[in-house]
Amino acid sequence: MSRPILEVSGLSMRFGGLLAVNGVNLSVQEKQVVSMIGPNGAGKTTVFNCLTGFYQPTSGSIRLNGEQIEGLPGHKIARKGVVRTFQNVRLFKDMTAVENLLVAQHRHLNTNFLAGLFKTPAFRKSEREAMDYAAHWLEQVNLTEFANRPAGTLAYGQQRRLEIARCMMTRPSILMLDEPAAGLNPRETDDLKALIGVLRDQHNVTVLLIEHDMKLVMSISDHIFVINQGTPLADGTPEQIRDNPDVIKAYLGEA
Amino acid sequence: MSSAITKNLKTAFFSALLVVAVAYPVLGLKLTTVGIKLEVHNASPAVLWTIAGCAIAMFFWQLFRDQISSAWSHAPKLPAVPSKATNFLTLPSTQRWIILGLVVVALAWPFFGSRGAVDIATLILIYVMLGLGLNIVVGLAGLLDLGYVGFYAVGAYSYALLSHYYGLGFWVCLPIAGLMAAFFGFILGFPVLRLRGDYLAIVTLGFGEIIRILLRNMTELTGGPNGISNIDKPTLFGLSFERKAAEGMQTFHEFFGTAYQSINKVIFLYLIALLLVLVTLFVINRLLRMPIGRAWEALREDEIACRALGMNPTVIKLSAFTLGASFAGFAGSFFAARQGLVTPESFTFIESAIILAIVVLGGMGSQLGVILAAIVMILLPELMREFSEYRMLFFGALMVMMMIWRPQGLLPMQRPHLELKQ
Repeated sequence: MSRPILEVSGLSMRFGGLLAVNGVNLSVQEKQVVSMIGPNGAGKTTVFNCLTGFYQPTSGSIRLNGEQIEGLPGHKIARKGVVRTFQNVRLFKDMTAVENLLVAQHRHLNTNFLAGLFKTPAFRKSEREAMDYAAHWLEQVNLTEFANRPAGTLAYGQQRRLEIARCMMTRPSILMLDEPAAGLNPRETDDLKALIGVLRDQHNVTVLLIEHDMKLVMSISDHIFVINQGTPLADGTPEQIRDNPDVIKAYLGEA
Repeated sequence: MSSAITKNLKTAFFSALLVVAVAYPVLGLKLTTVGIKLEVHNASPAVLWTIAGCAIAMFFWQLFRDQISSAWSHAPKLPAVPSKATNFLTLPSTQRWIILGLVVVALAWPFFGSRGAVDIATLILIYVMLGLGLNIVVGLAGLLDLGYVGFYAVGAYSYALLSHYYGLGFWVCLPIAGLMAAFFGFILGFPVLRLRGDYLAIVTLGFGEIIRILLRNMTELTGGPNGISNIDKPTLFGLSFERKAAEGMQTFHEFFGTAYQSINKVIFLYLIALLLVLVTLFVINRLLRMPIGRAWEALREDEIACRALGMNPTVIKLSAFTLGASFAGFAGSFFAARQGLVTPESFTFIESAIILAIVVLGGMGSQLGVILAAIVMILLPELMREFSEYRMLFFGALMVMMMIWRPQGLLPMQRPHLELKQ
């Protein structure tokens, strides 16, 4: 068993009188695919927003590799290697696909003003490497021929893949995907499943997934957490979850 | 069918009535002062007949507009500009060639143009620089700034004050003015970090006004509404372009042993402006291809996605405000040097509006577009001087038509085509 990379305990998020998330605990092992499932409005995306610093959780602790990260602003958490996609794709629509990938490498580039102004060799090298890395990932997600198309004009499935590639530009340790299969056709979903497998096995990325497509979740997850009405309901391997009476009740209603 | 005609008849009648109702009081009546009283007279019969003619024309046009428009659609159309040609025109490589051609023309221009023409060209270059600077903030970073003239004022007064109190020359003050304006851009950046869109526009608008009013009311320091006059003109390596040089200085015509010509000064100012514009163009061109330039555009597209990718929106916004303002500072100090006089009234809101119009008219983010739009915006009012009071009307109509037919601007920016493998 590998060590936990992300540990969440007692996470709660209150919006005025609404307790959207109540005492959620997660323990995510390194290099695994972990899914979070639950009915609509269960608070899954709210948990995501808390983990990535878009919300400040009301209480609870979030540890990344043992380090407390709750309360940090979003961009600082992203710099520690926790990067996410969004339920509704958020690409830089007017910029081309390859520009999207270059922007995401911002932190890894030579951002010295004078170096860029005079195009020093160091600056050229840094730009060259960024371009190579972007080209590599465009190939990985099958978008090489669309490199110079504005991202907003790509087909929906392509936009989803580009968003994942863009996350990979930041060299993340945890990739959080918010409903990546929503709106994809069965073939695209299979491609996505293969891609997630590649991310975990070849790029040592831990994947945290919110997804409604049960076939995908059950076939790819190493571990599943179930949330219902903001509270944790169950967790375990796909087999354990499938047979759990509480989960069946939450999804299908009282028999 | 008959109901359609009745409806048309009704609209036609009211349209004609409206023409009379609007035109008669405005054009058909004349006020004359007789002693201390005002008397209302009818205008000349020709004017009244013209109004009646217009009303009748309007009546028939409204009545038969369906037939007219269908007949019009059969008429041969003007050959449209093929999409390939527009594509070609907006390509970055083509734009670079066009800019190169423009630079050659611009360099040769002052030696052939008249004194007045060179003077207007200098003014256009100032606005090109302002437009390029504001383009960073509005076109690239997507932050609507209505107070840009404030930074222009800071630059102008930086030079004016340093020259007035400490006797510093233009070339020393130019970078200082840029830095001062950048500093003010940075200061403005902080309170507006959380604001977007309309709210940002209002706060920046207020900021521009605050600077102008401060300059007007700090009478002891800035001379209040009278401003600061007798600001030194720029020199060429210590050579002055005045008829008589100040103590310990030499003049241009003495040094080269030529007769004094006042046009030399105008040409010299023009060439400085051209140099400043070229430097601005170069810097912004490089910025566009630097990580910070891409980050500005990303910020315009989606701030939340920026944050999720580990980019700090605060730093990106502040850098856009700071760098954008610094170009206004350079332009401002040159403006002060050219005029020899700065007053707060040179920096009113209308200036901000004109600069913003240049950016929008040119096409957000496009540099060649900004240059073209600056020429149009400054030259057109000058050319239309003979139409005197109507020229603002023409000008306004032109802007409205532009926004209807070409809302993306004269020459919108095209995405650079990046080669994956080299």
